Amino acid sequence: MNADAERIDRRWLWAGALLLVALLVLPFLVKNYRVFQLNLVIIYAIAVLGLNILTGYNGQISLGHGAFYALGAYAAAILMDQAGWPYWATLPAAALACFGLGFLMGFPALRLGGHYLALATFAFALAIPQLLKYKHIEAWTGGVQGIVLSKPEPPISFRFLGQPFSADRWLYVFSLAVAVVMFVLAWNLIRGRVGRALVAIRDHPIAATAMGINLPMFKSLAFGVSAAFTGVAGALGGIVVAFVAPDSFTVFLSITFLVGVVVGGLASIWGALFGAVFIQFVPNLADEISKSAPWAIYGAFLIAFMYLLPTGVVGGLRKLAARHRSRADTVADAAPHVDTSPTNRRRS
Amino acid sequence: MEALLHQIFSGLANGCIYGSVALALVMIYQSTHHINFAQGEMATFSTFIAWALIQSGWPYWGAFAATVAISFAAGVAIQRIILRPVEKAPVLTNVIVFIGLLVIFNSLAGWIFEHTIKSFPSPFPQDSALASVYFSAHDLGSAAVMLCVLGTLYAFFRFTKIGLGMRAAALNPESARLVGIRVSWMLALGWGLAAAIGAVAGMMVAPVVYLDPNMMSGILLYGFAAALLGGIDNPWGAVLGGFIVGVLENLLGAYVIGTELKLTVALVLIVGTLTLRPNGLFGKAVVARV
Repeated sequence: MNADAERIDRRWLWAGALLLVALLVLPFLVKNYRVFQLNLVIIYAIAVLGLNILTGYNGQISLGHGAFYALGAYAAAILMDQAGWPYWATLPAAALACFGLGFLMGFPALRLGGHYLALATFAFALAIPQLLKYKHIEAWTGGVQGIVLSKPEPPISFRFLGQPFSADRWLYVFSLAVAVVMFVLAWNLIRGRVGRALVAIRDHPIAATAMGINLPMFKSLAFGVSAAFTGVAGALGGIVVAFVAPDSFTVFLSITFLVGVVVGGLASIWGALFGAVFIQFVPNLADEISKSAPWAIYGAFLIAFMYLLPTGVVGGLRKLAARHRSRADTVADAAPHVDTSPTNRRRS
Repeated sequence: MEALLHQIFSGLANGCIYGSVALALVMIYQSTHHINFAQGEMATFSTFIAWALIQSGWPYWGAFAATVAISFAAGVAIQRIILRPVEKAPVLTNVIVFIGLLVIFNSLAGWIFEHTIKSFPSPFPQDSALASVYFSAHDLGSAAVMLCVLGTLYAFFRFTKIGLGMRAAALNPESARLVGIRVSWMLALGWGLAAAIGAVAGMMVAPVVYLDPNMMSGILLYGFAAALLGGIDNPWGAVLGGFIVGVLENLLGAYVIGTELKLTVALVLIVGTLTLRPNGLFGKAVVARV
């Protein structure tokens, strides 16, 4: 049994390594603009992951994560523009700032369940562009014009597959590294004690309290951590786009993240990747129909997913895999498999 | 003093609009315990319909009546087709469906009627004897229209059998069903009414803020603030909350923080009310049984 599990683990490790190599070679196979788009996919994946920790695992609905993304982007931009920090040093600062704000937002959120929390965060998202334009902080934020940054130069220069190691390609590698770190962090967080506590709070808050989980602490913490993830994504976004302005952080950005979470799959870490690919590339395809089409399609997808695939792409895949596995079990009809199959079936 | 009075009166005029949006939210909340995030977008879309009718040569009040009727029918249809299947689903599912509706209506408005800012006619004369330095004829007229709507609604709920049925369905669905009220259809009717009220509010506010697909997003926020301030289960509280929010917004905007941060006022009001007095000024405390 143990050896079997180990073998499977090693197989996953190989698959992961292979995927990583593929991801590292990928930017050299496509044009610079595509690299930029892939970069945004990685960044959105981190942001969607952050929202999923809060909404998917902890059950707190946030329609205002665009605000944390904006804060992260602005923190990075102001630190680079005004204080002259190197770009990589702004990420922890953005994470810290967003963790603080998220933790504070978590306190009123404690008293607000369900719809009310959605409402309060929705109001937050609606108000954020106005706040960023506020004239008394214009000296830092640049007001309506925003802040223009310059893309960081790659530390080394070489050519691979006939393509130069450009600024975008360097940033791709950089964000990929950050994303790997963030995903591993999230994975460890979710499968550990904290993650179980978060899920318990989502599923039955009273039972969770009775089991000794400090509800206010964990809920605020979930808000803070989720905001920090999204803030890191925002900072990366600011660096990669090399421009921040209030009007790029409207309420629709928050809705975009929600679309990502729903499409990828609520309460699933890898779902963030599918969600990010969806929110980056589907609008591009839909744009060819009409300027307004992407949002109509987003809306239709949101509702359709709620009806047909409430667990998102990952949930659908899991269900398929479970069906496949249980069929294999019945065909083999082998005794050692019997004790594992009921759990599989229950999970589906 | 004159400027102050002017601010207060125009605040009251805005308050009527916020109050009616709040009322539409309260109507849906009372019967379903859901907050309709798409309310503003639906109202905007209705206003676009009215605009299209007027452009094609309809008289104002004809277009007005037709828009209210279309909105009512659309509201009923949305409840029947889209929301009924998820009536008993978790909160998150419902919020996501509402957000989906919001996005769809917003983009459809942009798609069909384009994003250019349009002017919307006011049915009230530019300079009438009733207008004064404190308020315009449109302020007065829209306030009168909104008060008419409120009066009609009150009469509907108080004196008609369907109104009574709707109240019963909202208060206690189980018992209502037992005495033969079709609860599900009452919910649909509530949606229709909310959509119609939203349409009236949209048509009244459009001459002031001009018509574009995002016209209602700020107003919806004030509507939320008004509904919460008044207590989200209390229709009269919602209307009063609307007046309070309208006046507060204008006074703070004119004298304290300037016009750029007006939306933040709504945000602070919402978060403040929810944290300090979650049931609002006039709402009942809800005790939940575990």
